[in-house]
Amino acid sequence: MKEVIKVKDAAFSYNEKDKIFENISFSIRKGDIFCILGPNGTGKSTLIKCIDNMLKLKEGSVILNGEDIYSLKKTYVAREIGYIPQMHNPTFPFSVLDVVLMGRAPHLSLFSSPTEKDVKIAKDAIRTLGISHLIEKPYTEISGGERQLVLFARVLAQQPSILLLDEPTSHLDFGNQIRILEIIEKFASTGLSIIMTSHFPDHAFLVSSKVAVMNGGGFIDMGIPDDVITEENLKCAYGVDAKIVYVNDGAANGRKVCVPLMNR
Amino acid sequence: MGFDLVGEMKGYPSKSYHDPNDEEVIIKKGLLRRVSINLILVLLPVSLFFVSFLLGRYPISPPEVIVVLASKFLPIEHTWPAVLDTVVFRIRLPRIVAAMLIGSGLSVSGASFQGLFRNPLVSPQILGVASGAGFGAAMAILFSGNPFMIQISALLFGLIAVGMTYGISKMVRGTSTLVLVLAGIAVGALFSALISLTKYVADPYEKLPAIVFWLMGSLSSVSNRDILMVSAPILIGMAILLLIRWRINVLSMGDEEASALGVNTRKLRIIIIICCTIITASSVCISGIIGWVGLIIPHVGRMLVGPDHKALLPACVSIGAFYLLLVDNCARTLTTAEIPLGILTAIVGAPFFVYLLRKSEMGWS
Repeated sequence: MKEVIKVKDAAFSYNEKDKIFENISFSIRKGDIFCILGPNGTGKSTLIKCIDNMLKLKEGSVILNGEDIYSLKKTYVAREIGYIPQMHNPTFPFSVLDVVLMGRAPHLSLFSSPTEKDVKIAKDAIRTLGISHLIEKPYTEISGGERQLVLFARVLAQQPSILLLDEPTSHLDFGNQIRILEIIEKFASTGLSIIMTSHFPDHAFLVSSKVAVMNGGGFIDMGIPDDVITEENLKCAYGVDAKIVYVNDGAANGRKVCVPLMNR
Repeated sequence: MGFDLVGEMKGYPSKSYHDPNDEEVIIKKGLLRRVSINLILVLLPVSLFFVSFLLGRYPISPPEVIVVLASKFLPIEHTWPAVLDTVVFRIRLPRIVAAMLIGSGLSVSGASFQGLFRNPLVSPQILGVASGAGFGAAMAILFSGNPFMIQISALLFGLIAVGMTYGISKMVRGTSTLVLVLAGIAVGALFSALISLTKYVADPYEKLPAIVFWLMGSLSSVSNRDILMVSAPILIGMAILLLIRWRINVLSMGDEEASALGVNTRKLRIIIIICCTIITASSVCISGIIGWVGLIIPHVGRMLVGPDHKALLPACVSIGAFYLLLVDNCARTLTTAEIPLGILTAIVGAPFFVYLLRKSEMGWS
């Protein structure tokens, strides 16, 4: 299948000396869920921001639909790539509908505002995420889980073909984490390609079709989850011992889970 | 993307979400309130515009005002004394128009800046335009005293101050809005010190009082020529801000998010800064420094129409025009001597701001 996005020999640093990461290459096909695992502060979020051209790579390139991302127009990139940030502090109590409407920004010219058609797309997105009852609520007054759903509705209204998710499940409770993973899987099943970062190796087992483990400024392993999420790789990335066990979840297919071990 | 998650996600997060008409019901509930607020926002400034002609030492009756104003557009026989024309067109009209123009201009710039800087406590003066203009005016008063020179010098130094602020922010790595605000504070402090210096060296019997009065802000000497000079820049600046107002929503979510949504944040930021600076510098140069309007009117607007800049900016045009006209009417009629406008806006504005804070309906933290 055709590659929708390809990262080649990417390197980034804020100053000239200390590289945040280097020599990172991977490619994603339509419908893929690519999960980047790694410890805190290893540059996963920075990598995500570089893919969306919020930060500029020092070396290497990002190829979107066969073209270098730096040669493309910002609005075009935003129509192709959607991004959900890890955390943000909205200043103004915009209504949920207003926030979702912002997803229409790359489809509108500088001087225009959303039209009836855009409002309809936004409302459809809100309905798809099942949060119609929140539509007029101030975004600042809803829970963290609800905010995450609003951001998913916004990115749906944006209608991209690639979705970048920065820790989509952190800050969420046990149940909401799984609900978000279900949404991610649904999105992918409609043909969206997804690149996400995560702290949880289990989440990679649950949804991803491709995993990379990032540590010390590069990928230490990449491939299908069963090959990559190994006890050795987890030890190497996170510095703790972990056991990978097979759980029979009652349905036809059981799955693997990671259990961290404590040194006592 | 037409898949259905609703069935899949039953039970999350509450009961009644699957009614497709749900959101329509919620939205309709606010419709009546919105229509009546819009009506008030149109009627208040328009009616105050006519009422303001009645206020002042020379008595004019309401029918006279209508007839005199209409005579400009309709062929009406001139049956009233010429002094009435003078009072209406030469004295009251420029002042009324100036108050409305400056009030709406400062309010729209304030709302835009609060969105740009993601901070509801910034005013249009945050980048140092007022201090710069104040210094320009003080210098001109010191060296010439010619009213036209004072205006030009105020305008010029207002623009120079913002230019310096922007330049300093460019020297620092990154283009964060915080750097801009901090640079604005530094530039503002510098020009404040320079204002003090001109005051210190000014002749205390003639020049010093002139500088002090100018800095307090007043519309008492506004002429039709002044209006002609500043109305174009103020109106053009406001028109551009109104055109891009929905994008300010996106920008207020933060640079990275706005950029991910396809917004050219750098370009948009420069457009907003240029428009607001032109509006405030043009206002300041004919009125002196008028504080608080650009800070509190956007808050009043948010209480009435919500934080969406698409509704907020037009609301600010109306409320700002109404408010400054009201305060200026008080300034010229409350006492026999004129009260400087800047003093009144602060006396009215500060307690009102505290009231807003107490009401805590602002919704920001």
